[in-house]
This record gives sequence, C-alpha cells and structure tokens, in this order.
Amino acid sequence: MKELLSIQRLSVSFEENNFAVRDISFSLQDGEFVVLLGSSGAGKSTLLRSLNGLVQPCSGSIRSRHHGEISASTNRQLRAHRRDTAMVFQQHQLIDRLSVLDNVLMGRLGYHSFLRSLLPLPQSDRQKALSALERVGLIDKALARVKDLSGGQQQRVGIARALVQEPRLILADEPIASLDPESSVQILSLLKDICQRDRIAVLVSLHQVEFARQFADRIIGMAAGRIICDQQSLTLQESEIHALYRHKLEAAVT
Amino acid sequence: MSASVDTHRAILRRHELRWRQQFLRVLVILTAVVGSLAVVGLFDPNRIATGVPAIVNLLPEMFPPDFARWPFWIKPLIDSMAMSIAGTSIAVFFSLLLCFFAARNTSPSPALYVIATAVLNVTRAVPELILGMILVAAVGFGALPGTLALGLHSVGMLGKFYAEAIELCDQEPIEAARSSGASELQVIVHSILPQVFPAMADVTFYRWEYNFRASMVVGAVGAGGIGLEIISALRIMEYQQVSALLLVVLVVVTALDSMSNALRHWMVQ
Repeated sequence: MKELLSIQRLSVSFEENNFAVRDISFSLQDGEFVVLLGSSGAGKSTLLRSLNGLVQPCSGSIRSRHHGEISASTNRQLRAHRRDTAMVFQQHQLIDRLSVLDNVLMGRLGYHSFLRSLLPLPQSDRQKALSALERVGLIDKALARVKDLSGGQQQRVGIARALVQEPRLILADEPIASLDPESSVQILSLLKDICQRDRIAVLVSLHQVEFARQFADRIIGMAAGRIICDQQSLTLQESEIHALYRHKLEAAVT
Repeated sequence: MSASVDTHRAILRRHELRWRQQFLRVLVILTAVVGSLAVVGLFDPNRIATGVPAIVNLLPEMFPPDFARWPFWIKPLIDSMAMSIAGTSIAVFFSLLLCFFAARNTSPSPALYVIATAVLNVTRAVPELILGMILVAAVGFGALPGTLALGLHSVGMLGKFYAEAIELCDQEPIEAARSSGASELQVIVHSILPQVFPAMADVTFYRWEYNFRASMVVGAVGAGGIGLEIISALRIMEYQQVSALLLVVLVVVTALDSMSNALRHWMVQ
C-alpha cells in the first residue's frame, strides 16, 4: 500500500482562538476503508471538507501523492485534486428537480472545460454514469426525478455521482445520519464494496460505534477537534470508545 | 449482458430525446425574441442611423446639470416620498387581506380563490398612469390621487407575490401546528406567517422603491410629486434642469435602496 494523502499538523478555525480541527496528523493509504468516529461537533465534517479544499486550513499541510501540497496549490491543481477526491454528503446535495442521470453526470464536470460542459456530455461519460447507476442498483430510476426518490435512494445517487468522478479517494460525510438502519447497512456495504473491488480509498465519518466496528479496516477517533485514537478496528478498546464520548459529556455537565 | 446494453441504449435514447425537446423549446423562445426585436424596429437600419446620432446630440444639451430651481423641488420630493410610503402601505393592507384567499393552500373555498385572483389580476392589469389619470379626474390634482393609483396598482403585484410565497412554504411545520390542535387562523398566523415573512418583507421593500420611481410617472399627469417638475422641464426643453432632476432622483433612489436594506436587516433577523 502506498500513502495517498498525508496530513501534517492541520488546524482549522472559523473564529479566532476557536479551533474546529486542531493539530491533526495522519495519513491515508491507497484502497483502505477508514471510519472517522466521533460525536457531533467533534470536527469530523470540517476535517473531511478541508481534505477536499472546501475549507481553508489556518495552518498545517495536506499533501497528495499525485497533486502535491493542496493548501498551496494553483486553481488547476486544486481542481485535479478535487476530481480525484469525491465527496458524499449527509444531505445528499443533489438537484431535486433534475433527473437521477443528470445529477450523476455532474460528477463528470471536473473533466471538461466550461464551454464543453454547455453541450451534452460525451457518450462515454453517459455510459459511465449508467454503469455507476447499475452499480448502486438504480438503473431503473435513471430518468426519474431525484425528488421522487427515498432518502436511501438519494444517497445512492450521491454515491453514483462520486463514482463517475473515477476518484482515488471518496470522502463520505455522515452519509447515513438521516437514514434508517436497513438503508444505512446498504450504503455502508456499497461503500465497502467500492473500496474493495475498485481499490478506491474511503474515509467515512460516522457517530455509530457499532457500524464503525462492523465495516472499518481502521478507526480514527475524534473529539473536540483532536485525534484521540487511530488504530486497526479489531484492536479498538472499549475504554477508548468511552473516551471519545466522554468529552461530550464533560462539556455538557460543565 | 446484452439485455443490460439494451436498457442502457434505451435510457440514453430517451435522455437524448429530452435534451432535444429542451433545445427545441429554447429555439422557439429565441425565435420569438428575434421576431419581436425585428417588429419594434431594432433591425431597421434607417431608424438606427438617425436615432443614435439624435440621442448623442441631445446628451451635450443636458450638461452641465442646472440645480438653480432646487428650492422648488423640496416640497415635491417630500410629496413623492410620502406618496410611495402611503401607497405601499395601502397596498400591503389590501394584499395581506387578499393573499390568503388567493393562495391555493389557504383559500377557504375555490370560489373565493377565483374572486381573489381576479381582483389581483385586474388591479395589476391597469397601469398606474391610467389609474392616475382616472383618479385625477375623480378627486382632483395633488398627491392623493397619485397615492391611490400607486396603492391600487401595487395590490396586484404584492398580493400575487404574497400568495405565491404562501403556496411555496413548507407543509411540515403547518402540519405540526395543526397536529397540536391549532385552529386554521392560528395556523396561518403562527405557522405560515413566520415562514413567509422574509419573502414578504423583500417584495414589500422592493415595491416601496418601485413606487417612488412610479410616483414620478403619475406626477406627470398632475397626481403630485417630483414627476410634474420633470415633465415641465422636458416640455420647455430645459434639458439641463432635466438632468439635474434625474441626478436628484438617482441620489434619492440609491438612499432609499440602502435604507430599505437596513430596515429589512433590522426586521428580519
């Protein structure tokens, strides 16, 4: 396995002296399935968003093996890195009134110039979109409107959109937070399958310990903006899990 | 495998068909646009050849702006401002009454919905200039007929926008309020109004600014305000005064715009 992304002493703050992410270092390898575990407000979303360049860190470095230093990159480099680093969002972030296929095709925008994207995308792109929809089991909904789909189906459209980017890494920000247990298992199994069969690394943030144990190769625990533990999921101790949520309790009590 | 290739092909064909239909619609609209440009004479080389130089010749006659008559403009400006505020208030009052009847989701009956939308359409259909002329004939010169003209015409637009905002508001909180035993009137006041208030404030402040500009138009037919000054200066071809008046109006409209922004910010947190 080779190092895909290396994060060194990363900090992000939205207001002065209030850090959402503080002094975090870790690295991601090709094709591994990592769960970022922590309670809400621990800084998981901010960390994921900064890895895609949606949030600017205030210090530290994010280095990609393929695109170099991300925070100091040119616009072109950043676009290339984003194309390689697909995102799946908690609220799906799809355009309701467009068809499933058109939403999935948005994942191909990074491959085309502005002018080219005004015309219908090439046949090969549309084929890729259909294969992705087949992969997530929604081929029969390709021309339906997104708003007519259930929450679990919408999230699968989000994953298909990430797939057509042909990324090296998928960042999934609480992809199951608004889904029922059955759809949750379906979504996580899908992500795991994509990781194993396509050798795409997946970093998924969750707050459910059980799901993390069930699916992860490796679990990174976060609390109050810091990494509390980072290890293979089999070796994760009960005490460490408690430590993750204790922060929250202490904050609530004091 | 071949079955899946077939389904893919079928989906792509339908997808392409949709794209072509959309393209066709754009083409139809584009034809209408180019057609109307031709009808109004924008493609008439003679009109353009004589018209453009005439406008260019007129411009130097407007400079420098002549502010000598400024003491006579203060009262009409205050009138215009008062007309816009009073007219908008009248419109808000009637629009608030009508909009709940004109929104499908709150209208008590289909008949009342039809009547309310008809009232809104009629008031919107008669331009404020025509309303101004009729009302000047009825109640005489001055700011009063102008205010009524602005108010009546604004009801059509404000009421329609209010009703649209109500139709577009989220059903879930309404259901929640209803589930708690609230009456229909309570639902409207406590569940719908808080949702649509920002949108209503937006169009209302926009309409206020619009009414100030419209007050100049109705002023031209003797219905009060700064419009009469502008039309008189135009009639006697005092273009330097016209440009001065237009500058004054520009300053007031800009001030009004920032004022309505501040007010909106202050009211809608």
